[in-house]
Order: sequence, then C-alpha cells, then structure tokens
Amino acid sequence: MSQARPGSAEIPIQITINGERRCVELQPWTTLLDLLRHDLALTGTKKGCDHGQCGACTVLIDGRRINSCLQLAVMQDGKAITTIEGIGQGSHLHPLQQAFIERDAFQCGYCTPGQICSGIALIEEGNAVTRDEIRELMSGNICRCGAYPNIVDAIQDVLVQRSGVIREAAE
Amino acid sequence: MLKNDPHIGSPRNRVDGPAKVTGAATYAAEFAATDLGHGYIVESAIARGLIRSINVAAAEAAPGVIKVFTHENRPQTAWFTYKYRDQVGPPGSPFRPLYSEEIQYSGQPIALVVATSFDAARDAAALVIVEYAEKPHLTDLSIARKDAYKPPKKRLGIAPPPDPRGDAVKAFSEAPVSVSAEYAIAPEHHNPMEPHATTVIWEGDGKITVHDKTQGVQNSQAYVASVFGLSSDNVRVVAPYVGGGFGSGLRPQHQLFLAVMASLALERSVRVELTRQQMFGHVHRPETINAVALGADADGKLVSIQHHAVAATSQFEDHQENVVNWSGMLYHAPNVDLRYELAKLDIYSPGDMRAPGAPLGLFALESAMDELAIAAKIDPIELRLRNYTDHDENDGKVFTSKELRACYREGAERFGWNKRNARPCSMRDGRELIGWGMASGVWEAGMMKTAARGVFTADGRLELSCATSDIGTGTYTILSQIGAETLGLEMEQVTVKLADSTLPASPVQGGSWTAASAGSAVMAACQDLQAQLFKLARKIDGSPFADASDDDIAFVNGRILLRTNPAKSVLLAEALAASGEEKLEAEKSASPGLIGPMRYAAYTHSAVFAEVRIDAELGQIRVTRIVNAVAAGRILNPKTARSQIIGGVVWGIGMALHEETLTDHRLGRIMNHSLAEYHVPANADIYDIDVVFVEEHDDKASPIGVKGLGEIGIVGTAAAIANAIHHATGKRLRSLPITLDKLLAA
Amino acid sequence: MNRFSYHRAETLADAISHLRSNPAAAIIAGGTNLVDLMKYEVERPGELVDLTRLDELRGISETPDGGMRIGALVPNSDVAYDERIAKLYPLLTHAVLAGATPQLRNAATTGGNLNQRTRCYYFNDVATPCNKREPGSGCGAIGGVNRIHAILGASDQCIATHPSDMCVALSALDATVEVAGPDGERRISFREYHRLPGDEPQRDNTLRQGEIVVAVTLAGEASYFAENYTYLKLRDRLSYAFALVSVAAALQLDGGRIAAARLALGGVSHMPWRKPDAENALVGMAAGEETFTRAADILLAGAQPHEHNAFKVDLARRAIVRALTQAAAATPQSLSDKRIA
Repeated sequence: MSQARPGSAEIPIQITINGERRCVELQPWTTLLDLLRHDLALTGTKKGCDHGQCGACTVLIDGRRINSCLQLAVMQDGKAITTIEGIGQGSHLHPLQQAFIERDAFQCGYCTPGQICSGIALIEEGNAVTRDEIRELMSGNICRCGAYPNIVDAIQDVLVQRSGVIREAAE
Repeated sequence: MLKNDPHIGSPRNRVDGPAKVTGAATYAAEFAATDLGHGYIVESAIARGLIRSINVAAAEAAPGVIKVFTHENRPQTAWFTYKYRDQVGPPGSPFRPLYSEEIQYSGQPIALVVATSFDAARDAAALVIVEYAEKPHLTDLSIARKDAYKPPKKRLGIAPPPDPRGDAVKAFSEAPVSVSAEYAIAPEHHNPMEPHATTVIWEGDGKITVHDKTQGVQNSQAYVASVFGLSSDNVRVVAPYVGGGFGSGLRPQHQLFLAVMASLALERSVRVELTRQQMFGHVHRPETINAVALGADADGKLVSIQHHAVAATSQFEDHQENVVNWSGMLYHAPNVDLRYELAKLDIYSPGDMRAPGAPLGLFALESAMDELAIAAKIDPIELRLRNYTDHDENDGKVFTSKELRACYREGAERFGWNKRNARPCSMRDGRELIGWGMASGVWEAGMMKTAARGVFTADGRLELSCATSDIGTGTYTILSQIGAETLGLEMEQVTVKLADSTLPASPVQGGSWTAASAGSAVMAACQDLQAQLFKLARKIDGSPFADASDDDIAFVNGRILLRTNPAKSVLLAEALAASGEEKLEAEKSASPGLIGPMRYAAYTHSAVFAEVRIDAELGQIRVTRIVNAVAAGRILNPKTARSQIIGGVVWGIGMALHEETLTDHRLGRIMNHSLAEYHVPANADIYDIDVVFVEEHDDKASPIGVKGLGEIGIVGTAAAIANAIHHATGKRLRSLPITLDKLLAA
Repeated sequence: MNRFSYHRAETLADAISHLRSNPAAAIIAGGTNLVDLMKYEVERPGELVDLTRLDELRGISETPDGGMRIGALVPNSDVAYDERIAKLYPLLTHAVLAGATPQLRNAATTGGNLNQRTRCYYFNDVATPCNKREPGSGCGAIGGVNRIHAILGASDQCIATHPSDMCVALSALDATVEVAGPDGERRISFREYHRLPGDEPQRDNTLRQGEIVVAVTLAGEASYFAENYTYLKLRDRLSYAFALVSVAAALQLDGGRIAAARLALGGVSHMPWRKPDAENALVGMAAGEETFTRAADILLAGAQPHEHNAFKVDLARRAIVRALTQAAAATPQSLSDKRIA
C-alpha cells in the first residue's frame, strides 16, 4: 500500500516506458505528462493545454491512447507507457510517421507526436475506415496549423497499406 | 541534361519532418539546465485598479519555492517606456510587467513564483493573497465606440486610410443600386498549440542563452538587451522550432521579460511557461466593427465605396492594422471614403494575428459585394469582374502582377460555379440546404531587408543560415530547395540553420514576407558562392572553363559543367580542394530596392469558393467544400505551399463559425479561456479543401518572384462562407462567428 | 494544484472508510475531470483515494433479468464498444460516443461520468463568483456570459448544466446506480441520482458522505428500445464540444403507434431533464410531428432562459421533434456522418 502525507516522502512506482522498466519516486501531484517532460526528459510528448482539451499530450498507456496531462503519474504504477520516442526514431520510422512526412500532415510540429500516437491507436482500434470516421475519431487532437486534411490522408494511407497486407496474408 | 531535377517549384517533403514526427524537435520550454528554476505566473483577477496589498508569505514558505517576484521587489529594469519598445509594436507605452501596483487589465501578471519544480511553483502561486482597490473599467466595444478616435500616431508599416476620393456620400445617395450595413467580428485569440514559454539558460558571467517562443529572435534579443541594460553580446536568443505563432510571437511577450528578470536576479537558469488560460491574457485579434456602404450604377459598376471601421485597442497602446484600405484598392470606384478608428478598452493590447486586418475588412467588403450582386441581380463573380482594377487606386501604383481574373476563372471551374442556381434556398440535399458563395482575397506581397550566409565545405555540403524563423511555414525546406538548386546539389547536402540571434540579420517572421525575403537573401548568397566556385574551377590545372564565361556554365549534380559540352566538368569539392581552402563563405542581403516599391504595388490575390450544408431547423452548419484559387507569384514548393493555404482556410472556417473570445463586461474578464470553450476547428469540422495555384509571373515583387502565402489563405474565406450561408438560407449574417443561435434568430 | 496525500485503496471497504474518516478526501479513478479541476484550483482535496485497483468495480456483465451491469471503473470506451451493450442499448453506445474524444473516453470511467462537475465558465475560474464552487459567493453566470447555461430547473443560486452525454442516455433508459457506503449498499434510480441546484448548488447528486458508485445497471426491459432510438447532439463545433442541447429519444412502436417512449435532454439543466408527462403524451399516439411537438412542449414547459441562451428553448423543441422523428424512423443519428437525418 502506497501512502504519503502532503510534502512528505515521494512514492516509488515501477513503470515501463518505451519498453524500458523504470523505478521512479515521485510526488502524488505530478502528472504523467510532467513526469515525462520534466523528470525523464522525454519532451516529445507535448503540453498544449494541460487540461485534456487539445490532445497534444496523447500517449499510449497499455496500448490505449490517453491524455497524459490528466493522469497522475503515481497511478501508473505497473503500467506500460509508449511515447513518440518509443514509436520510431532516426531512420526507423513507423509507417504513420513516414506517411505524415509524405502527406505534409503537420506544420509547426507541436501537435504532431500526439496526432501520431492517436493515429496509431486509431488504426489498432479498427473503428475507422471512411474519412468521416477518421475525422471524428481524430477529433481529440487539435491542430491549430490546420493540417487536418493531410492528417486524414496520412492515416488513410496507412489503413490502406494495412488492409493490403492483411489481404495478402489471407490469400 | 544540363538541368538538375528542379528543386524549386517541385513538391518536397519538409526537411524538418523527421525531427517533428519523432518528437526530436525541441521547443522553448523543453531545454533543460542544471538547477533550473520554474516560474509560475500569478495574474490579476480585476480589470482595472490598484494592488492594495500582495501577501507572498505563504507562497514563499511553500516547499521548493526560491523566490516570489512582485512589483514590490522587482529587480531594477529600464525606467523609460521607450526602452520596452520592439521592432513591430504600435505607438504607445508598452506593457511593463510587475512595474507598479497599477492593474490595467484582467489577467495581468502581478507575481512570478520561482521554485525548484513546476509543481512547487504552481502550488505556491495559489497561495499568493492579493487585495485590490478596484476602479471602474470598460471592456465593451459597443459602448467604447462612441469615443472612437483616429489614431494620432501611425504605426510603422501600416498605411493609414488614403484621403477620400470624390464625394462618396453624394454618389451613394444618387446610386440606383446600393447596400449599407454593419459587420462585426468577435475578438479572437491565436492559441498556437505551444503555449508561450521562455527558458533562460544562465551561462555565467552575466551571459544568458534564451530559448524563447518567438517569431523574431533578434527582436527578442534587442528587447532583452534594452530592458535589462545588457550588451547584445551577452544575450543570445534561439528558437529553432516554434509551435505555431500566427502573430502571437511577433512582439516579446511577458513570459520573456519574467524569465530573464528572474534568471538575472537569481543568477540561475529559469523557465516560465504560460498555461493555456494565461494565453488569453496577452495578444489577440481586436474586436472590429465595420460599416460598409456601396453604391453602383444599374450595371453594377461601383460609383461609391464607404468603409468605416472601429477596432478595439488597449488603454496603453494604439494597435493598428489595415482593415479598410483594401476597400480602396480591390475594385475600381470614383468616389471612396475610408476611415479607421480605435476605441480604448481596459484590455491587453491587441496585436497582429494571421493576416491582421484583412479578413476583418474583407469580411465586410466581400459580404457587401455579395449583397450588391443580389441587389443588382448580377452573378457575384461577374460583379467583381465589372469592377476589376489594374492599379492600386489608393496610391495610383501599378500592380507588380495581378492574376485575380485567373483566380476567379480557375476557381469557379474547379468548384463548378456554373451549376449554381443564384436564387437563395434553391439548392437542397435531403433536409440540408446547400449554399455556394464566393469572395475575393488580397494580401500584401511584402519583402523586408534580410541577410543570409552560405558556407560551402570540402565535403561538398552547403550550410545556409539566417536569423529568421520557421514557425511551421516551411522556411527550412524552401531555403534548402533554393540552395540545392542554385549550387546543383541534392537537398540532403544542404543544411539550414535558422532562428539564432547570432545569425545574419532578419526581421521577424510575419506578414508573409519570409519566403521572398530570406529566400532572396539565400539566393544572393548562393549566387556569390557560384561565382567564387567558378573562379576557383577556372584556376585548376587543365580547367575546361579557361575560356568560359558565366553564361557558358551550369551547376549540376555537384559539378560545374560546360553547357555546350556537359561531359566537361569540375566537381565543386574538387574546385575548392584545389584552392587549398577548407570552405567558401558568402554573406549577402536582399532588399526590396528603392525604385520598385515607389512605382509598383505588390499583392497576392485569391478567389475563395465555399459550399455549406445547413440544417436550417437546427442551425447546424457544415462547410463541406472550399476551393481557394491563389495567385501568389512563384510557388517554391507546391506541397508546403498547399499546406499553408489549407491552414489559412481552416482559420477562415474558424473565424466564420467558431472563434470568439467571450468577455464578462461586468468583471472585465475573459470567461472562455480554455480550448474547451474557445472553439477552434476540430478535425471533424474540416472537409474538402482544394487549393489551386494560378500561374502568375512576377519579376518585381521580389528577386525570386515569390509573393508569400502565410496569410492569403484566410483572407476571403470567412466572407465566402457567410455568402454561402446566405445563398443556402436567404439569411444574411453580419456578425462573426456565425453560431447556430445567430442563424436561427436571423 | 495543491499538495495532497495519496492512498491507493485495496478494498472497497478501505476506500469507504478513508472517505468517511477524512472529509477533505476525494476519490479518483479516470482523473479526467478531477485533475482538470485541481489544476484550476477549483478542487483542492487533502487526500486522494485511488479506486483503480478495485477489481470489484470492474467489468461489464449480464444480469439475470436480461439486463447489463456496468462496473464504475469501466472506461467510457469499453461501454461504447461493448457489443452486448450496442445490441441491447444502442442509445447508450451512441450517447457515449457523442461525448468527449477517444483519448478521454479511454480514461474516463462510468462512475466518474456520473460524478463530473458542471460545465460553467464561472465554476472553472476561481477569480469569479460561483455558488457551486464557493457557496454564498454568488452566481457569476446570472447576468453574465450564459449562452451555454440552463433553461430548466435552475435556481437563483445556480444556472449550471450537467455536461454528460452518457447520463442523458442512462436517464432515458431508467438505469439504476448501485452505491456502497458506510451504511452498506443501496440502489438509486437514475432520476433520483442527480439533483437540481436549489439553494445547495454545491451538491450535484444525492450521494451521501462516504458513498461510492459501484456500478450502473440497466434493466432487461430497457432493451425494448433497441430498435427505435437516437442521440442527437447540437454543439458549437462538430466534435469535441459540449452539448448546447442534446436529446436522447427512444420509442417502442406497435405498428404506427407509440407503445412506450423515453425522452431526456442534455445541456439544458443541472441534470438530465426528463418528465413522465412528456413521455405519457406520446404513448398511444401515432408517431408524427404534431405528437412530437406536444411532447416537446410538455418537456420544455416552464423553461426560463437568460440573456444569452433564449435560443435553447426553441432549439430544444426542434431537436426533440427531430430526434423523435429519427427514432420513429429507426434512423439514429450517425456519429461520423454529421448530416442530421
């Protein structure tokens, strides 16, 4: 049982981040987003509003897309977090990262890690096929530069690639 | 083949793409330092008055707090207000954070808590206790407008309205066809995705490196040096990635002041990030009311244009933008009267926001033109063609180029305008009414003096550098293209460094002038490198170019070769190696010149076509299709250029339907200070956006033929949507945003 | 955000005893509303009791009467994509998917959805008066910026609305809330769960000190509305926005006649807004605009708009008629195709 009084000792948790098991000690009021950005220097996850109103902080927690700004880090004990840094780096890009580049699905780049984490989850969830469905299920990620049509294009490209792969495997 | 696969004019992926899609791109609040102090701002709860007392004891006693700064203990900063001026600020007294006990607007920073962690600073900030002596305030433009005034001092770079031409009132009263109405646009906030932030790295010995969210590193540098009395050598400002600006990063914002102040006082590194709520406490697009009256003859030829605008500003500055002048230059009319006035409110100063002024004035003008088209029973495009002008009638200058006719033609064709039934409420699909509307757009094609450096190294690589920024506009990419094309390299062989105050001088990135300005400077630097390389290549033993002149050679695939005999060539790296030098360097600047701007007027133009689908009973409006045909001179990169226009259109959709900063005038306070309640378009709101770039040759607007794209996308969009809504429903909505309640009430 | 102590509850009894012994304690699960409000300093709990490890609050199961039981910790997205729920209570599926975003639905829980605080500018801004946040400080929204506020069941103390979409459907489906507290377990009918502000606007619901929502159950007979239903939501943008007005409508048709009806509104009151009279007015009648309008008028009777939200009365009337039309035609509002059928 973990317990702490205000201002008292930090609480130890075990958390897997991008495949790496970590033991961290933290105050209960630290959010997952601030843990990532401040304590672990994983600044790829962005703070756009800090209130669950923009989606820039989207990460995958046990595979599900979630706004990390509204999660207390202490409650993630035992969970596996994937951030943009764990999606693909350097020349090893995830197909959706590559599709974002090809489709010019970003401008300033600040919402982009959240868009990509969200888009990868959307593809895994399997609830979106049409453009209307992608639009609706990507609406949790605000892009002020207005790259939305290109974001939808990029996701659709990967969905098509995916369905092609699945078809080939079935044949 | 003598020609490279052309980089300029070809679609190219963003060179900063890999950094952005992997999270490796680092923004202002993401730079680390040992013993970093985290600053959290406390803001005023009232709009006007005095701080009677500010008790920071509890905050200072909170765990982790290093210091709490208020007006009572603010370290010494410049006394004179002119020291706080920046390159782009308007006339007036710039806001000075923590300057005194005086409160000038709700949301004003009144304390900065610096602590060892963000959490600790935020926690302590809530413990600061403030007592105010309130004074009456005014934040309601509908009241303040009765005291509107002509700004006594003009803002640099903003032309005041031209002198009246003819007698617009008389011509209007005698015109057989006329329209007259008032058009209002709500205040808007930029809300870039990255909140404003500054990380000051204390380098020791009074030196600081400032990671600032800014569109102008040298503007921030000059401001910091001036306000804090520092030598520019001791202040380096960098901003390699900016998470959206849209004008909000043109002027130094108060987090820069506060972070530097705290860093200097504490002699340690300090970061100050604004919360999203605090982002509503600074720059915004001013609320603006336009009165437009148009008079025309029976053929729809304009005989009178009157456009009077009143815009909000703060008590301490006269922010000005070009709202009405467009009405004197977009169409021909013999009698024109344009006026622009300001009204003071107890708010923070408004500032430039994507195409400052233009979408406000053009929402009014282009709505009025639509109304006139209906009154005169003329097709809206035909009406505009009948009033087409080939010169800027405000100042008599000829346009450097103007392919607006082609915008109308190609846009209409792409949109299918000829299938439009002109009668309102005549097009329907099931329950939904369909409306098609159009509007013109115009924006200045500016160019500003800018310098750039090119360094060619022995490994065959080119490094380009310039102090301008890439705020998502694609500047890194187009400069790489220009460098690669000029020296015949692959884009991978070119590196671009931007947004560092130590780099060659550049103005702020704004006004759509960066591609033309920095692009021309880079071109000039690369041409200088060409000449140097050619000179070296001629000197090497057995050079094939002994008798060749500049015109005989080309730079292709990393070589210089003879046009008449491409087999004869010299590797660029070889030419450099033979000289014994390790690198070649060229720094050049590009300017608009003196003669050109006196004789010519340079503008980008557009024709925007909008389709809306409206559930008239329930008021739901969907903008299902936009075609934006743009004439902007040479297009350097169709891929990133298209994105710029799409982004502008999305902003236009937001302006038309969603964006509105709501103030409780009793409290003088903005109430919807969040992204949950200040609505910007979400993905679901954006359907098809089709961008057409009309062929436009321009050899005068800038040395590289570029006119700029950052603003033109938004300019006509809101008006086109409002016109489409009228076509769908027969209802004329003259107040933005057009929310469902306004539509149902109309 | 203030400092607080953190307690990870091991058992439900442990959680309840913590809540009872510490009046400054609050429970946390999905965090999407509480953490949000803590950052605005609107909520400043002294202790957070983390419920997320309580297995007894998890899971969606079938009940003996052919209904469903949804554990309080079940995320909104698990409700939305549960095939059994989609088959029996598609109205609930639609309402859940109309709210928030995939990311928020993945975190937000069923219990948390019931207990989320209001959508009100003044409640969220500690620099302004709000009786719900600080009883006795006044209501900023009355006479202020109140376009989004309540038109029904408000008081002179508070005109806030309940922001949930899910709860509008749960109300229409006559769900039951299972709670556990110091005095044991009890079941609260959904219509009794939330309350009107009256002169105690700080109280959103009828939970007693120390009580925790354990589950929400849906009766088997509520699945008779699985054919003719819709959830129609009108808002300021097409997704990721709270309702200005939303309607949950469900009918049982017998030929062309209405055998049973459910009708609830969101975005207009401090709680999902229902009236038996409005539903009774539909029963036995032929489905049609005239009947629907009469029901709407009954449901909206006594509406009291404020300066900026008068439009909601007429909008709600039209939305009710449209929603009932969609329900009768078995053409529920699509969530991705935004055209309103």
